[in-house]
Amino acid sequence: MNNDINIKKIDWTSLVIIFVLILLGLGNIYSSSQAYLLDSIFIINSFSKQLLFVFASIIIFLFIQILPYSFFTKYSSILYLLSVISLIGLFVFGREINGSLSWYQFGGFSFQPSEFTKPLTALALAKYLSDINSNIKTIKTQFYSFLIIFIPIILIILQPDPGTIIVFLSFFLVFYKIGLPSIYMNFFIGFIILFFATILLSPNYVMIFLAALTLFLLYIFKKKYHNIKKILIYLTVFSLFVYSVDFIFNNVFEQRHRDRFNIVMGLKEDYKGSGYNTNQSRIAFASGGMFGEGFLKGSQTRGNFVPEQHTDYIFSTVGEEWGFLGASSIIILFTILMLRISKRAELQRNLFSKIYSYSTVTIIFTHFFINIGMVIGLVPTIGIPLPFLSYGGSSLMAFVLLFSIYVKLDSQRTSKW
Amino acid sequence: MKNKLLPFLIIISSLIFITRLFWIQIINIKDVNLSNKNSVEKVYIYPERGYIFDRENKLIVGNDPFYDLMIVPSQINLIDTLEFCTMLKIDKKVLLDKLKKAKNYSTIKPSVFLSQISKKDYALIQEKLWKYKGFSVRKKSNRNYILNSASNILGYISEVNDYEVNDNSYYESGELIGRQGIEKSYENKLRGTKGVSYFQKDNFNRITGPYKEGIYDTLFQKAKNITLTIDFNLQVYGDSLMANKFGSIIAIEPESGEILSLVNAPSFDPNLLIGRDRSKNYLKLKNDTIGKPLFDRGLQGMYPPGSTFKLINGLIALEENVINPQTKIACNEGHFYSKNRFMKCHCKAGTINDLNSAIYTSCNTYFATIYKETLEKFNNSNIGINKWNEHVIKFGLGNYLGYDHPLGQPGLIPDSKYYDIWYPKNQWRAVTTISNGIGQGEILTTPIQLANIAATIANRGWYITPHFVKKITNDSIELKYRQKKHTTIKKKHYEDIIQGMYDVIEKGTAQNSKIKDIKIVGKTGTAENFIKINGNRKQLTDHSIFIGFAPKDNPKIAIAVFIENGYWGTRWAAPIASLMIEKYLNKKIERKYLEKYILNGNLMEEYLKPYSKTNFKINE
Repeated sequence: MNNDINIKKIDWTSLVIIFVLILLGLGNIYSSSQAYLLDSIFIINSFSKQLLFVFASIIIFLFIQILPYSFFTKYSSILYLLSVISLIGLFVFGREINGSLSWYQFGGFSFQPSEFTKPLTALALAKYLSDINSNIKTIKTQFYSFLIIFIPIILIILQPDPGTIIVFLSFFLVFYKIGLPSIYMNFFIGFIILFFATILLSPNYVMIFLAALTLFLLYIFKKKYHNIKKILIYLTVFSLFVYSVDFIFNNVFEQRHRDRFNIVMGLKEDYKGSGYNTNQSRIAFASGGMFGEGFLKGSQTRGNFVPEQHTDYIFSTVGEEWGFLGASSIIILFTILMLRISKRAELQRNLFSKIYSYSTVTIIFTHFFINIGMVIGLVPTIGIPLPFLSYGGSSLMAFVLLFSIYVKLDSQRTSKW
Repeated sequence: MKNKLLPFLIIISSLIFITRLFWIQIINIKDVNLSNKNSVEKVYIYPERGYIFDRENKLIVGNDPFYDLMIVPSQINLIDTLEFCTMLKIDKKVLLDKLKKAKNYSTIKPSVFLSQISKKDYALIQEKLWKYKGFSVRKKSNRNYILNSASNILGYISEVNDYEVNDNSYYESGELIGRQGIEKSYENKLRGTKGVSYFQKDNFNRITGPYKEGIYDTLFQKAKNITLTIDFNLQVYGDSLMANKFGSIIAIEPESGEILSLVNAPSFDPNLLIGRDRSKNYLKLKNDTIGKPLFDRGLQGMYPPGSTFKLINGLIALEENVINPQTKIACNEGHFYSKNRFMKCHCKAGTINDLNSAIYTSCNTYFATIYKETLEKFNNSNIGINKWNEHVIKFGLGNYLGYDHPLGQPGLIPDSKYYDIWYPKNQWRAVTTISNGIGQGEILTTPIQLANIAATIANRGWYITPHFVKKITNDSIELKYRQKKHTTIKKKHYEDIIQGMYDVIEKGTAQNSKIKDIKIVGKTGTAENFIKINGNRKQLTDHSIFIGFAPKDNPKIAIAVFIENGYWGTRWAAPIASLMIEKYLNKKIERKYLEKYILNGNLMEEYLKPYSKTNFKINE
């Protein structure tokens, strides 16, 4: 068992980055919960609680490192099943917070199982796809892979928690990476483009464009039957998609969902309703300027004008108190971390570890992209934490778990080959 | 491609994020300034509005404290709306409207809920205000008009409207702005500049201390006091003379262009337009369609100047060498100015007038003839009338005079272009415009322009733009109120005209206006006027006009009096002018009989005629 620990092979750089990010997170949580000090003793807890979670995370990290490598391959399915059961259990024992049934409550602590489902699903996928009998190019493997991610997705849709759903959908990037046929990716990218085009323009304009494009392509490929068939399939799927997006956006979405989109797309200005967070966050960034207002001196932060500032909007505290330089530094730290993990995933020869490492980068990237994009007003408001910085025990410990398993698998790179 | 996708996405998003951060943190930060930062409370410190004095340094306008009830909608907790409404003397609908308005402005920033609460009402409200969370009181001050006079000059202040808040970065909702008169034209001097202090707040809207140790705070700048050119003794005396008459009296000190009084009748109490009943009172004044107290006849009324304009035609004829003072013209109860066209005159048949007698008898024939000859002196009437126009506008006619009061009208002095529109293809000649010779026809002037003519003649050929402000604390009045404007007429011609004007009082049309020991000069006028009743043009009794100045040599006061539908200039305007002159120069009235006649004079019946819905007689 002991021979599994290889101190020298540990990804120290990533470990240091994560440690720095967690410390910065602690500092900013301390700052953004300062305003509450005036009020009650209750919220001062958010800093000390987070401190507690950091210690718990260190224990998780050390625990993962002493586990044998084989534990992860052997028990991945069971762990996955347990996490799915914990999601189902929410419908019985769960507690609704802010309109989402995503939490278990234990005394003063709440626990969000979907956070842990992310690394455990990554493990299960890695296990299944690294199996000698799996081939992502076959329909059967595709079916089971999709099943692995769609079971939690469906359970989470019922909570609902759109941020987490997007994280699970991002596993498609991993599938693509290991050889999922491009047609899926084409549809995926096509869907994203058509989604925005449909909302920004109108479905009829998009259809006219699609029809024109189809006619143009048919003219080019007029002799090649195979291509014509393909083009017509794309046209049919895309047309159905455009109209269903239009239908869903206008009939299924509620006004608040539409508002969120419209504000980010610049179709609507609203500083009091849904746009309030975005606008307040914007003001926080602007008052930060180049060098920031200084630790504990951010006026928006101190006044607690940015709602959810210690959780999802923690990055606006960074922007206000540490300015452009501080905020950019955090982005650069994340970039180095993610590039480094994906580089080491490339070097990894064990398919199980490789797929898991890819999943790690993808999950971190999705959080990074949506959270920071939302806080700086480029992405619609979707509740999702910033890895390692945002307040929240489940989120922090789940990310540390995700990362610890990566470090463990990564450190075994050559010894197992 | 597949191997590079993830690193590519990571690098691209980081670059986009850093660019975006640079944009929102360094470049595009101007719409995110201190004032819309919720965490910062902006508190204004207002300087007391400047005082207004009259030319004798008597205080005319001061300030009176009042209170604004402020609201922070997010904090309110209204349980007993009935008691609340009773306390504020408003009904529930008003309460709900105001709540909605405040919420629309901001739920967490304070805004004005009810403004201009008097000291007395404040005492009642203050007792109970502790019960209502989210309401607070802000002390401000209101104008206090010490004399019930000159509301037309002073103007008034009121809350800025939404347009002004949007157009002008200085004002914010609930603040006061000079709305009319001197309050408006000297708004920037009278208000001073408000000071600003910034405070750090938390999200419960509690102030936690100064923002950044007050480095962005600014001190207020004191308002400036203003001394008017108005002599309030004279102004108030003018008010009393105008009782039961509509019209205006304008007196100017010729040497300085300082306006000594601008009486508008009917007038109203300036205190009506302050405080909470302002809009109610304003509506009442506005709805008085017979008296039109808000209409300043002296500045805004455009009327034909009538015979007073003959003076200018005389001066122009002299300057253009069309006549000399000895030129004689015969009048036979009028004259034929062209084939079959007769202009009536009150001269007896066989009268022969020279310039002097033409002025003091106000002979239509004489001035119509010399006007025609002036125009015909030139090759064609186009050039002639334009030359005439050049002379006339030098008296400050045909355009805004340029005084420091926001109200005004340009009047009208026609030129060739004007007649080309009415009579295209040169189908008009000098005789077409003959009425201009006697101040009727197309010419329109405002009474203050007439007063300025009197001042110009008194100065023998120049005037200083009339103005209302004599002195501003630590500031100087505008240069244009210190510069002479010269007419195109030589000084010697004025002496001939003034002699005629002197004889108007001595032996002419205004002998009733003589004052012992003061040489008054002047000219009466009578202006025809019409009104439309149910679409029919109907003539009303003539307006009574007088312009003049005194003393004849070294004039101290120039005056124009205009009495709506007063008939002959001699009947009302001239005696009123002479009383004003006597009051100003002698400080007391010896001609009590005349004063009594004017004070008791009542023209209200005349003004009601057009509304009587029956046929009525005019010029009785």
